[in-house]
Amino acid sequence: MLLKHDIEFTLNGVKRQVSVDVTTNTLAMLRDVIGLTGTKYGCGEGECGACTIQVDGVSLNSCLMFAVDCDGRDVTTIEGLANDSKADALREAFVEHGAVQCGFCTPGMIMQADHLLHKHPHADADSVKRGIEGNLCRCTGYKKIVDAIVAVDGAVK
Amino acid sequence: MTEPKHYFAPTSLDQAVECLKDGDVTILAGGTDLTPQSQSGKLRIKQTLMNIRRVPELTGITLEGDEIRIGALTTITEIMENALVKQHFPVLVEACDHFASDQIRNVATLGGNICNASPAGDTLIPLLVLDASVELASMPEATLYRHSMPLSTFFVGPGKTRRSLCELVTGVRIRVPGPNHIAHFHKLGTRPALDISTISIGIAGTLKEGILSNVRVAFGAVAPTPVRASQTEKALEGQRLDAVTIGKVAGIARDEVKPIDDVRATAWYRKEMIHNITKRMLSHVAQA
Repeated sequence: MLLKHDIEFTLNGVKRQVSVDVTTNTLAMLRDVIGLTGTKYGCGEGECGACTIQVDGVSLNSCLMFAVDCDGRDVTTIEGLANDSKADALREAFVEHGAVQCGFCTPGMIMQADHLLHKHPHADADSVKRGIEGNLCRCTGYKKIVDAIVAVDGAVK
Repeated sequence: MTEPKHYFAPTSLDQAVECLKDGDVTILAGGTDLTPQSQSGKLRIKQTLMNIRRVPELTGITLEGDEIRIGALTTITEIMENALVKQHFPVLVEACDHFASDQIRNVATLGGNICNASPAGDTLIPLLVLDASVELASMPEATLYRHSMPLSTFFVGPGKTRRSLCELVTGVRIRVPGPNHIAHFHKLGTRPALDISTISIGIAGTLKEGILSNVRVAFGAVAPTPVRASQTEKALEGQRLDAVTIGKVAGIARDEVKPIDDVRATAWYRKEMIHNITKRMLSHVAQA
């Protein structure tokens, strides 16, 4: 019998109560318990960044976070950002620059780029490359991704 | 994976160490190592899973007398961005800058990096050359008992430390270095991000009129634990850093380490790199 624990947290601006296995990671909770599948499972060990979300304003790999640790915190996933007009500039830049190929890395890239741009609104190509070094794109479309994030320059607030 | 029977999230240090009394507890901090280790079956989660995130005594970076205390829960990003650390321990900032990726740095804690006791742990080499000590707390009777020990005696093997099962690492303490202090770190890997060191080197000391004293040298990923290199230190102590000395010391460093072959490199390559990079770092110190 798996030990369950009840947690309450804010998910994309809405209060949620969930009962989770204490050893489950946040990615599995988001996808399998809550049903938000925008956050992707890539490697399951923090190497690829496909599962990047934001918790209390910082980006992290949801596969490396115990779901019980979400208790009382503010969690934002790609679905939350999709409804946020403040992310319009970033979304448009990805479309304009053709920064999406197969699209699997895109939710993680966007979450990480959003975090990066909040910290460094005028990030240049070098700091963008450093900022997304924890995100892999198997299509290797890095050039367009970096171009897109740099092009947002100052538009994410 | 075995399943824990209890989950506990203490809100004070007393509660946390009280819980540790029965000794069958897995401690969760950032979780960036515990998650993959427990899910791959490499680590068994014990009877109780204790999440220490809400223990305020484990947070913060503070100047206390001539020491800086870094709470065990401080994340790698917080260390890198802290004004006190930037001012006094740039070598620690440099190591943090090479630590995994932004997503992991935002969550991984200093206490976790220390307790995981990886021979390749990125923060451990600068902490060793800065003479850091580890603060521990426990509750053998009814009251809190605190003590500390030098980090250089803390590690006993891969993933193994002198922390007893009833103890909690609460933070590290580092003395603020005096004038003329130098400290350098080099991590050798195949890519800048998300790389586990092939080898890493830390060198620190007091450099006055070309003479290096109070020498501290530490190597990562060449032994079962991060290690201080006593013979290399001895060879450097009180020496002027000229080409002959540097060449001799680099050779002693190569002979002193006993690395193994593994997926990242052969023992031979590691020894060569210890030689070459020690030489390069000392030349850099000499020229600065």
